[in-house]
Amino acid sequence: MLSYIARRVLSTIPVVLIVALFVFSLLYIAPGDPAAIIAGDQATPADVDRIRASLGLDRPFLVRFGDWFWHILHGDLGTSIFTNLPVTHMIAQRIEPTVSLLILTLIISLTFAIPMGVIAAWKHGTWIDRAVMVTAVLGFSTPVFVIGYVLAYVFALRLDWLPVQGFTSISNGLWPFLRTLILPSVALGLIYMALIARITRATMLDVLSQDYVRTAKAKGVGQRRVLFVHALKNAAVPIVTIVGIGFAALIGGAVVTESVFAIPGLGRLTVDAILRRDYPVIQGVVLLFSFVYVLVNLGVDLLYTVFDPRIRY
Amino acid sequence: MDRRGFLKTAAIAASGALAAPRLSLAAGSKTLRFVPQANLANLDPIWTTQYVVRNGGLLIWDMLLGVDDTLQPKPQMVESWDSSPDFKTWTFTLRPGLKFHDGEPVRARDVVASINRWMVRDAPMGLPIKKRIDALEAVDDRTFRFRLNQPYPKMLFALGKSSTPCLFIMPERIAATDPYKQISEYIGSGPMRFKKDEWVPGARAVFEKFDGYVPRAEKSNWLSGGKRINFERIEWQIVPDGATAAAALQSGEVDWLETPIADLYPLLQKAPNVAVDIADPLGNIGSFRVNHLYPPFSDVRARRAVQIALSQEDYMGAVVGDDSSLWKTLPGFFTPGTPLYTENGGERLKGKRDYDLAKQLLADAGYKNEPIILLVATDVPITKAQGDVTADLLKRIGMNVQYQALDWGTVGQRRASKEPPDKGGWHIFHTWHAGADCISPAPYTALDASGGTAWFGWPKSDLVQEKIAAWYAAPDLAAEKTAIAELNKAAMDFVVYIPTGFFQFKQAWRTNLSGIVKAPFPVFWDVTKA
Repeated sequence: MLSYIARRVLSTIPVVLIVALFVFSLLYIAPGDPAAIIAGDQATPADVDRIRASLGLDRPFLVRFGDWFWHILHGDLGTSIFTNLPVTHMIAQRIEPTVSLLILTLIISLTFAIPMGVIAAWKHGTWIDRAVMVTAVLGFSTPVFVIGYVLAYVFALRLDWLPVQGFTSISNGLWPFLRTLILPSVALGLIYMALIARITRATMLDVLSQDYVRTAKAKGVGQRRVLFVHALKNAAVPIVTIVGIGFAALIGGAVVTESVFAIPGLGRLTVDAILRRDYPVIQGVVLLFSFVYVLVNLGVDLLYTVFDPRIRY
Repeated sequence: MDRRGFLKTAAIAASGALAAPRLSLAAGSKTLRFVPQANLANLDPIWTTQYVVRNGGLLIWDMLLGVDDTLQPKPQMVESWDSSPDFKTWTFTLRPGLKFHDGEPVRARDVVASINRWMVRDAPMGLPIKKRIDALEAVDDRTFRFRLNQPYPKMLFALGKSSTPCLFIMPERIAATDPYKQISEYIGSGPMRFKKDEWVPGARAVFEKFDGYVPRAEKSNWLSGGKRINFERIEWQIVPDGATAAAALQSGEVDWLETPIADLYPLLQKAPNVAVDIADPLGNIGSFRVNHLYPPFSDVRARRAVQIALSQEDYMGAVVGDDSSLWKTLPGFFTPGTPLYTENGGERLKGKRDYDLAKQLLADAGYKNEPIILLVATDVPITKAQGDVTADLLKRIGMNVQYQALDWGTVGQRRASKEPPDKGGWHIFHTWHAGADCISPAPYTALDASGGTAWFGWPKSDLVQEKIAAWYAAPDLAAEKTAIAELNKAAMDFVVYIPTGFFQFKQAWRTNLSGIVKAPFPVFWDVTKA
């Protein structure tokens, strides 16, 4: 197992390298000019050229890529063109809000989605099943920003229970921290919740029709134990798979959620960097995301062995 | 603890938490929470000319002179000045007691270094001074002097101008930075110091009151007078979504929005405890910018064809909406309501629009349905609205328009291309100019018609340049007005660019704030919070 983990971790290196080359190439050929943005609307073309040269953006592709890659090998993601701050520093500033948002979203989603899916499967064909599925379809088909605006309007503006926007670090206390994250997490989590609930229901329906479930029931095992111990454990592999795949969607959703709720996270950092063509920041964040995504997939693979002892690496 | 006891304790804890005052509201009257027009991504107001950076800079750095609401430069850091009758020698004396945020006194050599850096980057006013300089010297710690080889009567306006880049005074060691490279220390002598340790670009910037700042005795008026700050902290909160920013203002999480989105003005006007009013009395001028290098717009007849067909009402309706109090037609290039405003030569922008004549002029110019490349930054509502109107207009006058939907970053790159339009170049793009930059030819980069060194589109007209030079040489206001009237006509006839109208935006704030003024920049001094 340990050698498998080591191999998988090592295998992230070529993946990240390919991502690095791909992202750098894509940004190189993409239109847009940070020098023009820095210079401002009133600047003359000569000023723009001078700024471009001072930033080294007039150098050939291979020189720029080699320079950037050399720094990456030394653990240096570079310096933001606009803020003059190290990219690692900017990412460090933004990690807590995004990680907090994603974790809370995962907790809320899994807490509600799995029981919803299990109950829908258990009450298959009843109004409960249909209600769960309608809710899932609604959650799936409503854009995150619409949910965000509705939640903010109701719970922040009308009821005045929670703040409209912003983020408070956990170092300022658990409740202030949670207050700022509840609405964004629910908004972001609904689509994820819908996805997991549907998969859980479908998988559970399959598992509940298996012989061993019938045997368990015949032996007099309680309904709750049949559902949540015998059946759910065997349905876990596809659910864990979809949780892992959905993580990418979650990161994408975080970009929108962070903008709607003004959360200073990595999603907003990415959008701001793209709009300004802050190449070092874009490259740094994409590398980080790709690395995280590879690790999440590794985690999913390892979880398979927990839920299904037959799987061995 | 038994189950009942636990539940009781939990309920009390929960109710206490729910009833707790918001952290944001607990900021109190000593902290101002301001939502700026854009992200403050860097803080070098010479390296970049973005307005949001200038606005942050106004808190950190002081200026030698500052304009008041009549656009007249008034002393700020300087105590007095003297100029020779031929405007070739200018001597300035700093007022005593000026200190930088690091405790060092402001000396004349800091001023000289700051002027040297600024001149390189300020094409409209700094470079002309640089070209005339025989010497710029620190006479003593409080006195500096320009010795010029040609007269420069507009010196006071140049040193105190509010358009970007402003002349901010920095310590000599910082001002010695290459003007094309970014500074990394934000130390000024202004009323607030920048808290770099609390800066999260894209999210928050914090300014802290500088106790060493000694305001002038006069009442504040825009960038002049005593800049008295009534807050210990000013927090700039970057809220990228306009609807969220408006909701945050309504809920009291922020105190002041610099530029709420126009669609939400009616909502904010009805909201309790929120005030809404014009932000900048000098407003903005919409711009239809053509590429003078390539047909058909290299021919003045093609430019005039668009000019006589263009309806400013259509543009302004699209940009600002139904509220006609926020816009007006503008048959001129200069800011309405300012001393040099004129409509001389603007007849082609008035009255009924003549599509038939426009088509005839296009035919005369040799236009034969070639594709017209229209660059539209669709991520900026003002340029998107103008682009949509233009696409319709060009079709009406029989042009074959290619609407290229881009983001502003790409337009910024594409418009700098002098390649032919069918090889990555362009024919038309839209932007807008702050009214504060259009009060005279000095800060008005877009009116320059010097050809290759002019602003994007590269118009070349010797007559326009001659009229601009006449304004620079004008000794008094009457002569300036004469020069500007002739310049306006020459620029209209040549169609340097086409103004699409004059429009204004609103700002919004909580009613517990007082002292908010209308200005081309947020004025924080003398604002108080109850």
